Amino acid sequence: MSFVRKEFHHIFRDKTTMAILLLLPVLMLILFGYAITTEVKNSKLAIYDPSNDMATRAIIEKFNASEYFSVVELLTKPAEINEQFKNGEVKMVVVFSEKFYENMLHTGTAQVELIADGTDPNSAKSVVSYATNIIAVYQQELFKVQKVPFQINPQVKLLYNPQMKGAYNFVPGVMGMILMLICAMMTSISIAREKELGTMEILLVSPMKPIYIIISKMIPYFFLSLVNLTTILLLSVFVLGVPIAGSLFWLIVLSLVYIFVTLSLGLLISSIVNSQLVALLISGMVLMLPVIMLSGMMFPVENMPVFFQWLSQIIPAKWYIIGVKKIMIKGLGFTSIIPELSVLSGMGIFLIAASMKKFKFRLE
Amino acid sequence: MEEQNINPAPSIHCESLSKSYGKVEALKNISFNVEKGEIFGIIGPDGAGKTTLFRILTTLLLADSGTAIVDGFDVVKNYREIRNRVGYVPGRFSLYQDLTVEENLNFFATVFNTSIAENYELIKDIYQQIEPFKTRRAGKLSGGMKQKLALSCALIHKPSVLFLDEPTTGVDPVSRKEFWSMLKKLKEQGITILVSTPYMDEASLCDRIALIQNGQFLKIDTPQNIVKQFGNALLAVRSDSMSKLLKDLRENELTKSCFAFGDKHHVTIQDSAFKIQHLKEYLEQKGHTSIEIEFIEPGIEDCFMELSQR
Amino acid sequence: MEKVIVVENLTKKFGNFTAVDHISFEVERGEIFGFLGANGAGKTTAMRMLCGLSIPTSGKGFVAGFDIHTQSEQVKKNIGYMSQKFALSEDLKVWENIRLFAGIYGVPEKKIALKTDELLKRLGFESERDTLVKSLPLGWKQKLAFSVAIFHEPKVVFLDEPTGGVDPATRRQFWELIYQAADRGITVFVTTHYMDEAEYCDRVSIMVDGRIDALDSPKNLKNEFNANNMDEVFHQLARKAKRVDR
Repeated sequence: MSFVRKEFHHIFRDKTTMAILLLLPVLMLILFGYAITTEVKNSKLAIYDPSNDMATRAIIEKFNASEYFSVVELLTKPAEINEQFKNGEVKMVVVFSEKFYENMLHTGTAQVELIADGTDPNSAKSVVSYATNIIAVYQQELFKVQKVPFQINPQVKLLYNPQMKGAYNFVPGVMGMILMLICAMMTSISIAREKELGTMEILLVSPMKPIYIIISKMIPYFFLSLVNLTTILLLSVFVLGVPIAGSLFWLIVLSLVYIFVTLSLGLLISSIVNSQLVALLISGMVLMLPVIMLSGMMFPVENMPVFFQWLSQIIPAKWYIIGVKKIMIKGLGFTSIIPELSVLSGMGIFLIAASMKKFKFRLE
Repeated sequence: MEEQNINPAPSIHCESLSKSYGKVEALKNISFNVEKGEIFGIIGPDGAGKTTLFRILTTLLLADSGTAIVDGFDVVKNYREIRNRVGYVPGRFSLYQDLTVEENLNFFATVFNTSIAENYELIKDIYQQIEPFKTRRAGKLSGGMKQKLALSCALIHKPSVLFLDEPTTGVDPVSRKEFWSMLKKLKEQGITILVSTPYMDEASLCDRIALIQNGQFLKIDTPQNIVKQFGNALLAVRSDSMSKLLKDLRENELTKSCFAFGDKHHVTIQDSAFKIQHLKEYLEQKGHTSIEIEFIEPGIEDCFMELSQR
Repeated sequence: MEKVIVVENLTKKFGNFTAVDHISFEVERGEIFGFLGANGAGKTTAMRMLCGLSIPTSGKGFVAGFDIHTQSEQVKKNIGYMSQKFALSEDLKVWENIRLFAGIYGVPEKKIALKTDELLKRLGFESERDTLVKSLPLGWKQKLAFSVAIFHEPKVVFLDEPTGGVDPATRRQFWELIYQAADRGITVFVTTHYMDEAEYCDRVSIMVDGRIDALDSPKNLKNEFNANNMDEVFHQLARKAKRVDR
């Protein structure tokens, strides 16, 4: 017990680290929640206008006048559209149909296509909605002058991410990431620190069983991650307006199992490394990168090459994020997360067994 | 003197211990015994293999070959027993810098299933000196105080054998002397102490010493016997120009070796027919003034240099 | 004689605690100056101020002709520094270390190449040119570190316990290097816990509780304190210390 108390002393006395650990979830949520979804000003725009008549020119004029857009390129061939996106130079391309004004006069409707870069779904969404607005305004003005109800139909097309996934993606994603960060990284670093300071030598030359050393390292970070979990949930419900559709109880159970997995992972890392720096790098490389890249938090797993899809199967965060989405967003019940829960429990048991076995009771 | 009386089992018994790290042989065939209640010094420079030896004896490392018994238990098979019975102070300061003096001591007491109160008698003399600072964080203590705290923590469970790896390195001469008088008191309590040091002048404070270099013991004996076995006649020489004197003495054909020793140079002599008068004349010829030459008893440092250069 | 270090009433306080308490002394060109004191007497703090790493609370100090308070950058350029803890980059080869540190102090490339060969030859390290520093024995490392610290021919070199843990023979070779440097006109400012090494210094100061309680040649100090060796002198002085937290 005094070992656990000592661990708490370590954490509470290192004020900067503790502040970072507590503020990190808040910061991340706000970054993901706001910084990225805030309105997009001066988005670069390219235009393909094969008809080049008074209606299209008037609309282009409106785009240019808007604070949200600046037209940077007038394209001459449809082939250039893809080119523009590949270079990442524009956020959106507006494609008018041929004989735009003529069609409008004769049939009463005209087509315009809005193609947006879907890799960043949040900004794509807002860019498209601004553009639709501008076109609607033009339509109304035209109506006032001509008294004929013309219809301009904007067709929205998202490149790269057609279903606009990721709207609710980041809350479960941040949960998966923060818990991984705090549990795995901090436990591995705290054990590596004992080794670096030489205190591990003294602990080993004492009758204390290695399992107690391990358990007492885990407890404080377990509590810390509970605090973080609470912060994230409160923020997402009350600030970001992402409700918990399903059962809070099962959400917590799922999170506890996930925390257990990440703690064991941290211990496994710490039994391999000897310095805090290496522990940090390994946690960064082996844990954070895959969590961000492969867990489905940023990029949909279905779109990945098969190899990475396989790889993502062994990433605990992926299962956790899926489970959280099922409960939190889709509002599904316990039966729906049985697969995720069992995979995570299996991983946890395997990892803790492995790190117990790996934990050295000598120096090499 | 190499033969030890075989009566009560030795506190530490090593036979042919060897240990390599890759190509580097850290310990080569080390054998020795330490009797109960003895202060045994392992004396040699950094990198000689002292720490490796300590880690093997405290069950932290496995030797490549050889056996070691500490307090009657094998360091490999019965490592748990040993961990209950020994106290260990590693070379660098290995306590929690962000915990206070008292928290450190309390923590180590509970690690060893005891309490400060239970063994206060044993650590009283040492701990009382740092008790006024018990609420200070260990990282803020000065060198001498850290040593006292580390020693208190290692003694808290009343160990039968105490391992001190370079406890006095970087500590000033006065604090060092204090530290050794603490060890003398612990010895009176019947605790066996194995201590290593790079300071040759601390050798005379041990009951017996082993001189170690490059992973090998050069000699194991009492400090007195080691000094007695010094093979050459030893001179202390001084003049008004010490750095020129060093050069001139080394050029003299009778000189076997010559090193600076504080305010004198120590010279070992080849020839039994040597006369101080001859050397004095030689030095006067070289232009030295206020020459002082005398035969002296060697110290451990002289012995170490002689043995290490064989 | 040129004064390379001039210190007047140099003081450093940390809150209520006076770590260095009005110390004054002068060191001449080419002198070997031993800076002794018990742990916690204030040596490290004083040395940091002289190296331009810490600003004095009050008092003046000039090193190599520059004010340690206002010209710390010039001070740093004109000194060499080496300690037991910080010396060389362990993961670099011997010659890479020389090039690195010489480069830091702005020695021209051509000169570095030339002097490197000369240095390795003098130390007898030619065969170790491409050896990683971490695989050298401690004594060799320290000799190399010292040579690197004076590679740019500084006016003063500060040595903080340079020989701790070094074997007796190499320790003496180290001091022979110090003598050679002093003969070339480099002033050597050295701390040590080996009292026999105090005897090798031209003059020795002993700090007690932040003050310099004695400053003279070893010979005069021994006379003054009626002692056989510097160890006894040191003990007489250090025992007077009132700071408990030694």
